[in-house]
Amino acid sequence: MSDRVATPAESTLPNPPARKTAEHLSPNQRAWMRFKKNKPAVIGGWIVIAVVFLAIVWPLFSNPKLASHLPEAMTYGQGTVTDAQFQPPSSAHWFGTDIHGRDLLSRLFHGARISLLVGAVGATVSLIIGVLWGAIAGYVGGRTDSLMMRFVDILYSLPSIIFVIVLFTVFETKLKTRLNGFQSFLEETFKFTFETPLSSQAPMFFLFIGLGAVSWLTMARIVRGQVLSLRGRNFVEASRALGASHARVLFKHILPNVYGIIIVYLTLTVPAIILYESFLSYLGLGIQPPQASWGSLIAEGAQQINPIRIYWWLLVFPGGMLVTTLLALNFVGDGLRDAFDPRGTR
Amino acid sequence: MYFLKRILGMVPLLLIISFLAFSLIRMAPGGPFDRERKPASPEIERNLAAKYHLDKPVWKQYLIYLGDLAKGDLGPSLKYRNHSVNDIIKQGLPVSLMLGGFAFCFAMGVGIPLGFYTAIRRGQWGDYIGSFFALLAFCIPAFVVGPLLIMFFSMKWKIFPVALWETPLHFILPTVALGLYFSGRIARLMREGMSNTLHSEFITTARAKGLSEAAILWKHAFRIAVLPVVSYSGPLLADLLTGSFVVENIFRIPGIGVFMVNSTLNRDYTMVVGLVLLYAVLLLALNLLVDFSYSLLDRRVRYE
Repeated sequence: MSDRVATPAESTLPNPPARKTAEHLSPNQRAWMRFKKNKPAVIGGWIVIAVVFLAIVWPLFSNPKLASHLPEAMTYGQGTVTDAQFQPPSSAHWFGTDIHGRDLLSRLFHGARISLLVGAVGATVSLIIGVLWGAIAGYVGGRTDSLMMRFVDILYSLPSIIFVIVLFTVFETKLKTRLNGFQSFLEETFKFTFETPLSSQAPMFFLFIGLGAVSWLTMARIVRGQVLSLRGRNFVEASRALGASHARVLFKHILPNVYGIIIVYLTLTVPAIILYESFLSYLGLGIQPPQASWGSLIAEGAQQINPIRIYWWLLVFPGGMLVTTLLALNFVGDGLRDAFDPRGTR
Repeated sequence: MYFLKRILGMVPLLLIISFLAFSLIRMAPGGPFDRERKPASPEIERNLAAKYHLDKPVWKQYLIYLGDLAKGDLGPSLKYRNHSVNDIIKQGLPVSLMLGGFAFCFAMGVGIPLGFYTAIRRGQWGDYIGSFFALLAFCIPAFVVGPLLIMFFSMKWKIFPVALWETPLHFILPTVALGLYFSGRIARLMREGMSNTLHSEFITTARAKGLSEAAILWKHAFRIAVLPVVSYSGPLLADLLTGSFVVENIFRIPGIGVFMVNSTLNRDYTMVVGLVLLYAVLLLALNLLVDFSYSLLDRRVRYE
């Protein structure tokens, strides 16, 4: 923070250049400057941006006329037993092909869309629940606080997989009927038809909500601790004395002071949720074929393990892509944490 | 006295947890007998439901369950009807305990030295490389490591057996697959704890006294730096000991973890509640143990 060196000559200049120095920056801007100096974190950030970009752009070009990387199946003569559909990586199929002869690279980018979307939306859901829960518990305090935090403790000691499976089965049927109703409503009002029924997306909608709903506990604990320590500060009392409502104090004065740590845990929640989604899809609970996510692609690769032929690319590439993305996200998260928490110990 | 209070406080918590699991699993559509020979006559279904008290309201079922529980009986499994939940746990738990214990030792044995090393080499190449591997281990889920290990070590090079849980040779791959993620996590905790400790005042004092660097690191810093690892090891052990579904599934290990997911999917109500209780008891007991070991490691911590 002492990188501002004021020379006497500078201070006597008639018009000092309007250069922003450390003292003129807000804590968030200073954190951003520290983040930019952290090379692994910046590289991680670029990798994340690249994966997101490719996931958005690549499937747009998977058109039979435009590209040789087709996510669609090839067909082979019926009744022949062959493993010709499993092509190792080549110039035509950079990452090889899967059991139906589909190009793995394209499948991976299609899967990336779902994995990343679930990660982002799930993290947002967990952010909303966790911040509200933690902020209210910490701000109200007293018996409400201990009751709300006991609830978090109890959820902590329930294995979340049971929670997820029950949520999934309870809401799956309800969600499907809702989506069907929504689809027919859209079709009637806008006079167009969906290629695939909207209800086939139900598992994905569930993943958005369900994974967020089980991942908010840590966020709630952290926010509650922060709010609890800020609640007694003078500026809170001052704004209360000036007649600000509780909601205004909480959202305008207290929460902005917690943003840094919230952002840090948000970036660390995204990889955790991507991991959880892959785990569920690996179990066959999440994304259903023919849709793909990284987890379901890894599961497909794991199913093809046999002692005769080794289709290594089916495991190495999906696994590698998942691990690379998680690594990059964690590097960004770590970098942000170090930037927002400059106790200088790390 | 403090710990006695803590143990007594566990009882209502366990009651709430078991009731939550009990009613939660009954909320899921379908029942335990859905996959039986169909069409079962309505009488058979009624009889089955009556036998397992499923025709009564949930709170009544729960009271009956509590009555059995007081006698140490977790009830009959609704899916494997020749076995009680106690039997299944008795069969699977030792295997899961062994796997979990090995994985715990692996995670600690790799994670603590790695974290220690990266902390004392902070800002040097050794730190960057070591920390990268710690983060890498932290980012590789078991369902990626497991199949990869099988593919290369069992199928291609034929060094280790593919699956099952018999000879020591069988233990190695599952242990690595289960422990790798946690070793990365422990290494990161250890590194953070160590670098925080090395900046605290009592270390400066020790340096000022002219103690050797080794004495400072091992006798003074390590005890305090390992505390975050100790407090994490409680939930970690509970997770590992109740078995990892993925690893047991991949390596076909007859442990208890497989039941956690399968019995939820099968709506094996009693099995689910029994396993949740097992997990919760382990978690609470281990957390208690962790707090107790805290007071041994860090003399500044006193419990009233």
